[in-house]
Amino acid sequence: MSKKDRLSGNEAVANAIRQIDPDVIAAFPITPSTEIPQYVSSFKAQGKLTSEFITVESEHSSISAAAGAEAAGVRAMTATSSAGFALMHEMLYVVSSDRLPVVMAVVNRALSGPININNDHSDSMGSRDAGWIQLYSENAQEAYDNMLMAHRIAEHPDVMLPLMVCQDGFITSHGVENIVLEDDETVKGFVGEYRPDEHLLDPERPIGVGPYGVSPYYMEMKRGQTEAMCRAEAVIEEVSREFGELTGREYGLFEEYRMDDAELGVLCIGSSAGTGKDAVDMLRARGVKAGLVKLRVFRPFPAAKLASALKGLKALAIMDKTDSFSAQGGPLGAEVRSALYQTGVIVPAVNYVYGLGGRDVRVETFEEIFAELEKIADGAPAEAFRYIGVRER
Amino acid sequence: MKDTLEIRWHGRGGQGAKTAALLLADVAFSDGFYVQGFPEYGPERMGAPITAYNRLSRNVLRSHSNIYYPDVVVVVDESLIGPVDVTAGLKEDGVIIVNSEHSPEEVRAEFAGYEGALYIIDAKAVSERNIGKNMPNTPLLSSVVKVTGLLSKESFFANMEGSFFHKFAAKPEVLEGNMSALKEAWEEVAEA
Repeated sequence: MSKKDRLSGNEAVANAIRQIDPDVIAAFPITPSTEIPQYVSSFKAQGKLTSEFITVESEHSSISAAAGAEAAGVRAMTATSSAGFALMHEMLYVVSSDRLPVVMAVVNRALSGPININNDHSDSMGSRDAGWIQLYSENAQEAYDNMLMAHRIAEHPDVMLPLMVCQDGFITSHGVENIVLEDDETVKGFVGEYRPDEHLLDPERPIGVGPYGVSPYYMEMKRGQTEAMCRAEAVIEEVSREFGELTGREYGLFEEYRMDDAELGVLCIGSSAGTGKDAVDMLRARGVKAGLVKLRVFRPFPAAKLASALKGLKALAIMDKTDSFSAQGGPLGAEVRSALYQTGVIVPAVNYVYGLGGRDVRVETFEEIFAELEKIADGAPAEAFRYIGVRER
Repeated sequence: MKDTLEIRWHGRGGQGAKTAALLLADVAFSDGFYVQGFPEYGPERMGAPITAYNRLSRNVLRSHSNIYYPDVVVVVDESLIGPVDVTAGLKEDGVIIVNSEHSPEEVRAEFAGYEGALYIIDAKAVSERNIGKNMPNTPLLSSVVKVTGLLSKESFFANMEGSFFHKFAAKPEVLEGNMSALKEAWEEVAEA
């Protein structure tokens, strides 16, 4: 039986970890993800979790401990944010290239500087090319549900890649809201046991993990990673379909909201999508054909399907909660424009950089964007990228 | 009650405005509401002005922004009136609830130009009388529920008794004090 509750996003993720009960958890505290290992350690102290909980001296060590555990053939998890995430950067590549399906809870926070504890996506977007699957969550429910699906995707024999479940720091991690929790048995049944084909501690079939990759082999290893990432899209869809049948909560690679006949569209990631949906409803009531697409899966990037969802639009806003400092906008802007080009879809598009360092994103922010899109749809020139919600003087 | 009730809490770091917002979310949740309870985070210190928020609705809540046009403003610490524009964005039919030991006339005078509804509760006195120390959350919670009509008196008290019973299982004397603080505040909160 599922149960209605009210939890913060961090509590929701900690409960998912309790229900998954991985073999190893290694974590180091950093705001705003600290509560996750804190709640998990309480569960451990109360005997509600059998995991080996390893306290370490840094995030470089927490991800390394998770990698070691996974190489030994067991399920390992960790959590982090911001600077802690950045300290893992090198090891993120080691984990993905060793094909270790570590699952990590990321609570997105701005990466310095100036130092800031609030939300944007600069931490996880900064490691978008590290070979990890990235799922993003709009609210506590989605953070919880993404965690429940994470191992099924990461450990799938067609995939065998690490996966991070991201949610917005403070906005969802520390905000209490309604959530439906599945019961422990249902979760355990869905997630299942992890029995990798090969691991370090199998004396019958000895293997090495993480050896030097000489030039004659290195490129084939990378090719293997990229092929796994290509296969991940179908696995994510399949696992999400099964999860939907079990819980009634449907997930795809992205969510389309009132997009059927939309002329003006906004594409964004994370908690802002909910605020955007309220703005879409308000504009629809005024007769504006507004719609919204929320991207759940950023890695692998669902280029063809996304381009197809956006192709009927007269104007599009691509919203990035981080700046790439490419002088061209943010990472989502670059990926989406590339996807549109590749599929021959021409939609006038503006890449908005928004919500940096916790700058609040309001219904009015979306109204302003849709007002600009309306002008662009009427023939006004579209700027390649611009900041929104920033004080200009 | 309106379709969605938006509440903004003004307090100082350490006074429990965040806890009060989370408690109110709990109370509303147990009566079947969709709830949000969240503070605004930053490099806060004890004593610095802080803001916390509630959205409470019979419909699904999706918006994740702060609240700019509240229906209710709760001032946990009276000394914030002035340094912080606590009435900012308050809806025309909005309500302010102030924790104060001063007379209605004195509190009114602190809100120059404000014509709307204003309620006062001496949460410090109520909590000191019933709980034995200054814990303004419990009386303020009761005042907010009464003034907004969020829950009936009966279901609110029954609901709180259940949650206090759970929370203070080892300390029944604390339960009694908190319940009497709720009941006293319910009677004492008054329009200025």
